[in-house]
Amino acid sequence: MSSLALALADGAVVAKRNLIKITRVPEVLIWTTMSPIMFVLLFAYVFGGSIEIAGADYKEYLMAGIFAQTVIFGSTFTGAGLAEDMTKGIIDRFRSLPISKAAVLIGRTGSDIFYNAISIAVMSLTGLAVGWRIRTSLAEAIAGLLLLLLFSYAVSWIMAYVGLKVSSVEVVNNASFMFIMPLVFIANTFVPSDNLPGPLRTFAEWNPISALAQAVRELFGNTGSNPPADVWSLQNPVLYTLISVAAILAVFVPLSIRQYGKAAAR
Amino acid sequence: MIRTSGLVKRYGDVVALDGLDLLVPQGEVLGLLGPNGAGKTTAVRILTTLLEADSGEAEVAGLNVQTQPEKVKERIGLSGQNAAIDEHLTGFENLDMVGRMYHLGRRRSRERARELLERFSLTDAGDRPAKTYSGGMRRRLDLAAALVAEPQVLFLDEPTTGLDPRSRSQMWETIQDLVRGGSTVLLTTQYMEEADQLCDDIVVIDKGRKIAEGTADQLKKQVGGERIEVVLVDLADLPAAGAVLRSLAVDEVQIDEPSRRLTAGVSGGVDDLRLVLQGLSEAGVAVVDVGLRRPTLDDVFLSLTGHHTEEEEPAAGDAKPGKGAKVKDTKKEAVR
Ligand SMILES: Nc1ncnc2c1ncn2[C@@H]1O[C@H](COP(=O)(O)OP(=O)(O)O)[C@@H](O)[C@H]1O
Ligand SMILES: [Mg+2]
Repeated sequence: MSSLALALADGAVVAKRNLIKITRVPEVLIWTTMSPIMFVLLFAYVFGGSIEIAGADYKEYLMAGIFAQTVIFGSTFTGAGLAEDMTKGIIDRFRSLPISKAAVLIGRTGSDIFYNAISIAVMSLTGLAVGWRIRTSLAEAIAGLLLLLLFSYAVSWIMAYVGLKVSSVEVVNNASFMFIMPLVFIANTFVPSDNLPGPLRTFAEWNPISALAQAVRELFGNTGSNPPADVWSLQNPVLYTLISVAAILAVFVPLSIRQYGKAAAR
Repeated sequence: MIRTSGLVKRYGDVVALDGLDLLVPQGEVLGLLGPNGAGKTTAVRILTTLLEADSGEAEVAGLNVQTQPEKVKERIGLSGQNAAIDEHLTGFENLDMVGRMYHLGRRRSRERARELLERFSLTDAGDRPAKTYSGGMRRRLDLAAALVAEPQVLFLDEPTTGLDPRSRSQMWETIQDLVRGGSTVLLTTQYMEEADQLCDDIVVIDKGRKIAEGTADQLKKQVGGERIEVVLVDLADLPAAGAVLRSLAVDEVQIDEPSRRLTAGVSGGVDDLRLVLQGLSEAGVAVVDVGLRRPTLDDVFLSLTGHHTEEEEPAAGDAKPGKGAKVKDTKKEAVR
């Protein structure tokens, strides 16, 4: 077997183990689906009524942002899972077995796609219930959903690195919250970035999360009559998102695999 | 076979291994005996490819650990210091997963998992999540996981630390069975008695260095075999009790005033114990406790290095065999 095929086969064994775990601790799955529901409802009813943006229905505008935020937070699951396996010595066991060095990470990030897929499905249903609509074709809608999954997959590899590096579930959760929250907010996720002050605006315009939200918004047909901001990243949001995904993977796949190789439980 | 020469590993200023040489011939069981922090786990981690040594050579099953780690992994089994099992999976699922990771194939993995559950008396619990297991069951499952691929060389890092006395003796029996099968084993322990029970050869380490080596009998000769321990009711009886013990002791009588405890190495076993009891009652000395016990790691240390092990208590909630382990000593004779 080639080393990639071996890594995938070993990764499947790891992924299967992670998925079995979901059935044994369903609380985790319930919580991961509850938070998107809460977000959709809170934003739709608390902000949805009081925030107006010219040329679009805010409730619809908002959904893409909530989607983006949720899948990004969802990917912290990868880091927390690995940190837990580190502290419990399971990574040590895996590392003493003749599996591919990439297998545990491939398995972990792979099974977490399933997680994010479920939370996207739940969010979509909740959104539809509160009046969100897809105004494009089925193909475009599916492309939007896949883009969300792809982006969260890339972020999972960042979180994998963090999880292996800090090897504490609490630290992963708190630290990633500290980083993700501003990244998600200094973007066009919840309000258009045009009104932000100078440097924040530039940051928001080139923040890949903005591109993701913009791309999804366009693919769902929720932009209303607003033209996108006049920067390349938001003029070509799908392309910029894909480039960001490629860049994240190019950096964090090797980095995480290397970190796995020297991971030491305490 | 396991061979290391001049292994060195530093963590910042801490020298965890300071030029360790080990040799475990094919089919032998080597006990690596040392107190907490001696470097046992570090040695095991290097030999199982989890950690790179700063310098020195390590060879396992004829393969260089540094240059051929992937090949080494196929030939070893590791049961680490803390049971590394997934508590959300059942015992069966844990073993099946490990089998798949050794690339045994779907069918063989499942068969092997059932075989091992059977062998480790876990069949009934095999389809329950491992989080419902007792400490002893977890340890057995962890050991079973180490055996999935029938490894040529087995590493057991403190396999009984933290177990209650019953689980401990169960574990000993399991390991003894295993050893009869002719595996090459490196076992680490903090208990002299455990090394004595399970190992052909013992290497005593302290601060990453070898301080003694030999069979259990050779070490015990060095240390002075069994000891009699007397705890007095009244400190005033110290001189009288000291005299009684000195008449039989093969070494210096050690006196610990705060705990009113006297300890002396003896060579006559139970007969000596009887004589001590008799002597004490003739001298009118009242005692709280009198016992015959095997030398502990602390005794070994005291006679080899002149100082106590730095940490007397290995881990919270640990039952330390040796101290007051009279019942176990009887059992030990039965095993032999
Ligand atoms: N990851 C680590 N970082 C820093 N120091 C460590 C680490 N692992 C072990 N040590 C130190 O190395 C020494 C040997 O530890 P270890 O091999 O775990 O001993 P043992 O297993 O015999 O109790 C101890 O002083 C310990 O504190
Ligand atoms: Mg240790």
